[in-house]
Amino acid sequence: MSFKLMVLVKQVPDTANIHEQVMRPDGTVNRAKLPAIFNPEDKVALELALQLKELYSGKITAISMGPPKASEVLRECLYMGADEVYLISDRKFAGADTLATSYVLSEAIRKIGTFDIIFAGRQAIDGDTAQVGPQTAEKLGIPQITYAEKILDLSREKITVRRRIDDGYEILESRLPVLITVIKEAAEPRPFKARRVMAYKNARSLPELEEMVNQNSLLYIDDLKDEFQSRGLFIPTLTRDDLTVDEDRIGQSGSPTKVYKVDSVILGAGEHVKIEPTSAGINQLIDQLMADRIFG
Amino acid sequence: MKKSARDIWVFIEQRNGKPADVSFELLSKGRKLAENFSGTLKAVIIGYQIEQIASETFHYGAQETFVIDHPDLHYYRTLPYSRILIQMVEQYQPRILLFGATSIGRDLAPRVASHTRSGLTADCTDLQISDVSYLRQDYKDLLLQIRPAFGGNIIATIISPTSATQMATVREGVMELSPLKSPMNGKITKIPFQPDEIDKFIRIIERHQEDKKVNLKAAPIIVAGGYGMGSKENFQILYELAHTIGGEVAGSRAAVDAGFITPNRQVGQTGVTVRPKLYIACGISGAIQHRAGMQESQKIIAINNDPDAPIFDVCHYGIVGDVMEVIPKFIEAYKHKLR
Repeated sequence: MSFKLMVLVKQVPDTANIHEQVMRPDGTVNRAKLPAIFNPEDKVALELALQLKELYSGKITAISMGPPKASEVLRECLYMGADEVYLISDRKFAGADTLATSYVLSEAIRKIGTFDIIFAGRQAIDGDTAQVGPQTAEKLGIPQITYAEKILDLSREKITVRRRIDDGYEILESRLPVLITVIKEAAEPRPFKARRVMAYKNARSLPELEEMVNQNSLLYIDDLKDEFQSRGLFIPTLTRDDLTVDEDRIGQSGSPTKVYKVDSVILGAGEHVKIEPTSAGINQLIDQLMADRIFG
Repeated sequence: MKKSARDIWVFIEQRNGKPADVSFELLSKGRKLAENFSGTLKAVIIGYQIEQIASETFHYGAQETFVIDHPDLHYYRTLPYSRILIQMVEQYQPRILLFGATSIGRDLAPRVASHTRSGLTADCTDLQISDVSYLRQDYKDLLLQIRPAFGGNIIATIISPTSATQMATVREGVMELSPLKSPMNGKITKIPFQPDEIDKFIRIIERHQEDKKVNLKAAPIIVAGGYGMGSKENFQILYELAHTIGGEVAGSRAAVDAGFITPNRQVGQTGVTVRPKLYIACGISGAIQHRAGMQESQKIIAINNDPDAPIFDVCHYGIVGDVMEVIPKFIEAYKHKLR
């Protein structure tokens, strides 16, 4: 019994760790300065796929749609144990909202091949929308299980999953193929394997090789690609020309949602009453709260 | 223009025949939005034996309620529910469709939006109707979908100018619940349900849902702890304080992530939104995501040993000090006053 497992991963700005170095003097966040990281729940999704592979055997394909820089998370997928990775990248895909993203992803998945289970993180920390998973499942015409916290059983035809719902859980049995989005609690991602880091640290995607060619006029893209391919270090890249996609359904023009306005949150000083951390100070505060009819 | 081109629909979520609070909050908001552009507020309920809920929707201003009632629909399942809504949206093309940002709404809405190619915005904290000029085009009565983004560092206003149906999910507790003094004389429209083979692709084997034991939204006083509490053990002092002054204990996302407190007690953008009489923030730095969930509180006390913590910007009373020293003094002083 062997399974074809796909994992959708995204590189995101590390919005959870905003520190002084990324703040502008006016109190807004300089997004360009945030470090880019492997979206935490996508990493959990990959871990879950790796665990299934160890239990049941199978092949893991990690897929990321994003700018050339997203190749970094694909290398990390290889370090963790993914068998193959694909970058979906094209300037024409840029500015996509969740609908346009799920459209391109679903077409890329069709192109890459058949699958039994697609794993993804529940949501990415830059948008917290949790939409791309279900939207991709709908486009592929397959069922979905969101908020998965544990895989209970897997057979050739079906999978049993416990998912978290508001104030409880649900155990669902789904036919394969299925798309599953996972929450953080589902697994603890393993560290990179040193042997695999050594083996794959020089893996490069097509746009990364193109960049090398741009930097060095002695290189030719076809030769370079052949060389990386022969060493097993080429990260296959799907561009707009590799996929059967409608021009008006990709990128910014294919995105029904538009950002109309952005207001930076400014962390300014507000007015408040300072209370001393002493018994006297706290006594005063409680008196005030009683006078305000908050207490008593 | 289609007859339903001025419709605002709210998906009414039910669990075991009990409607979710957020659905009625959305009807309350939907009513105000509808007034702004002379729209019509309608509700959609999917389930089994749900007539009672249908009549409740009229108390919140629904003018028409679609009821899809079938034994197969007793519990929420992605495929039949989304199939029903997709068909209805394609047929009627409502101008706006709103969902609660619950585990059901967040599972269902993207599926419907994907099929109907509608714009969908997650976790809105405010909704408005406005005429909009965007890229030299004028649009009348668009839905402004307002939400924190980018880890809460920006507030984004999203529009879906070309979508026939504009869709959004909204967090529980963000919109105010406002029942009508006398209910609408609304109409119930039954929509037939045809089971399909695809509905059987996923089967519910077991389901465990506790009645909401923790009801943060109803608590008059909330004692909340953040990552700065340091450990799960230190949270004990918060329970003691809450017990003494008659409140509930809550936590920030960081405290939940660190395992100090359970997710059902999380306050903030990805948790519950609360507006108690008193909110005591202990060891909470006050990231915007957290503030979004508590800044409407009547009075806020912040206790933190970092005088620069942003929580002090939204509080009414600020105590710079070690929570583990300040709180026992608070408990002691309070008990003394009551004596």
